[in-house]
Amino acid sequence: MRRGTRNGLYIAAEVLVPVLVVVGVLVFTNTSGGFYFPPLQDVLVAFQKNWLFARIPVDVVPSLVRLLSGYLIAVVLGVLLGIVLGRVPWLRRQASPIIEFLRAIPPPALLPFTIVAIGVDSSAKVALIAFVCIWPILLNTMDGVSGIEPTMSETARVYHIPTSDDLIHVQLRAASPQIFAGMRTALPLAIILMVISEMVASTDGLGYFVLQAQRTFALADMWSGILLLGILGYLLNLVFTLIERRVLAWHRGARAAAR
Amino acid sequence: MLTLNGVSKRYGDPADGTLAVKDLSFTIGGGEIVTIVGPSGCGKTTVLKLMAGLLAPTTGSIEVDGRAVTGPPEQIALVFQDYANSLYPWMSVADNVAFPLRRMRLTRDARRQRVSHALESVGLAGFSDRYPWQLSGGMQQRVAIARGLAYQPKILLMDEPFGALDAQTRADLEDLVMTVRDEFDVTIVFVTHDIDESIYLADRVLVMGPRPTFIDEDVEVDLPKPRDQLLTKQLPEFGRMRAHIYRNIKASSQLMAKTGAVPTT
Repeated sequence: MRRGTRNGLYIAAEVLVPVLVVVGVLVFTNTSGGFYFPPLQDVLVAFQKNWLFARIPVDVVPSLVRLLSGYLIAVVLGVLLGIVLGRVPWLRRQASPIIEFLRAIPPPALLPFTIVAIGVDSSAKVALIAFVCIWPILLNTMDGVSGIEPTMSETARVYHIPTSDDLIHVQLRAASPQIFAGMRTALPLAIILMVISEMVASTDGLGYFVLQAQRTFALADMWSGILLLGILGYLLNLVFTLIERRVLAWHRGARAAAR
Repeated sequence: MLTLNGVSKRYGDPADGTLAVKDLSFTIGGGEIVTIVGPSGCGKTTVLKLMAGLLAPTTGSIEVDGRAVTGPPEQIALVFQDYANSLYPWMSVADNVAFPLRRMRLTRDARRQRVSHALESVGLAGFSDRYPWQLSGGMQQRVAIARGLAYQPKILLMDEPFGALDAQTRADLEDLVMTVRDEFDVTIVFVTHDIDESIYLADRVLVMGPRPTFIDEDVEVDLPKPRDQLLTKQLPEFGRMRAHIYRNIKASSQLMAKTGAVPTT
């Protein structure tokens, strides 16, 4: 088969498959969906009613603020602690078992604790998201910083690079591929924890909305919330990928050149 | 002036660790090119890292301009063999060269001037905005040399800098080393395991003996300058020195093989 034809087929399939899935869902929900699967058009109507843009300030904004605050706290603390642990081997050895234990705790199990300790307001949810997201970021930063090429550090030493420049322009940059890998792992965790924490002891947010809709048998509304969560997750991942591409352009270039 | 007084280096346990360098004493300075040549595994890199202040001697002392070396001295720059990791891949060529200059109190123009002058001298005038990984190995090592020169050290240390390059590139860079030495008036210490290279570049060759490293011989090289890859290497004097150092190093290697000293690098 000619290359052009094959590419054309791939593109056609890429467009066609999602269209077929939508049509399939449309047919299924209208013919045999039953009570739990309301017709797709009803869900879309509910989506428009709720999310364009009536409930955005009520539910979406609080959810996103929690998600991003928790995530950013985790990034900042995870990177800072990761640098410290990455540079101090004895501290790393002492801290490793503790870190392994803390990250092994299933995050939702901490929900009751955060409610008691911090309360039912946003800060408890932010704290939980941060607590869960910090581990992959911390561990990856630690690996990245401790695994830095000795020649890179020796170069900085020979040329008397000041500690602040060394940290920001050498250590952090050298570890950035691993740091981004950790951040990528943490992103879906943040979304999951946002939804779960809003389903328990909350009065707003997307998780609250979905659960509340289910409890009042407003299944079209419930599905519209789930649909929005899917779209949000997709968009967040897209934004993340775009940032990563920019920041790590050198890394992809260097790896391609080494091949 | 760089002086080593009875320097020894023992790795691991201070009492019975591996003795890599033993009782090394010499002085380098005055704008000469000194090459250090020896059998592989004899501890050349250890000697160089001691001079660069990256390793502390177990006994003896190292002085630069009369002051004891405790860490990397300000007056010394180092060109590593591993250029791919010595240059930072996230910085452009110009940023790599300028990076060590950031802490110096230079005006922006003065800094830019130093960077472009250094890049020009190594023949990379048009490559400031490229990234190291976009360049060939030889060009990357040129960037590393430019970084060393822009730093304006009194002594430029080079650790088997051309070991990973092909013969033609290597010859070009050898000639470059001699040109920049004259242009920047810097003392160069050049570590190599290539005997031809060690004689061709040198005003003085330090021949290292087997582990634990000591100086087997300190040879003045009186070959006429400017040196030329073809003419210089055809001189009978060059051939005699080559044979002499070769026998010396071969004897060392055999001794090391007999005593079971394991080459490390």
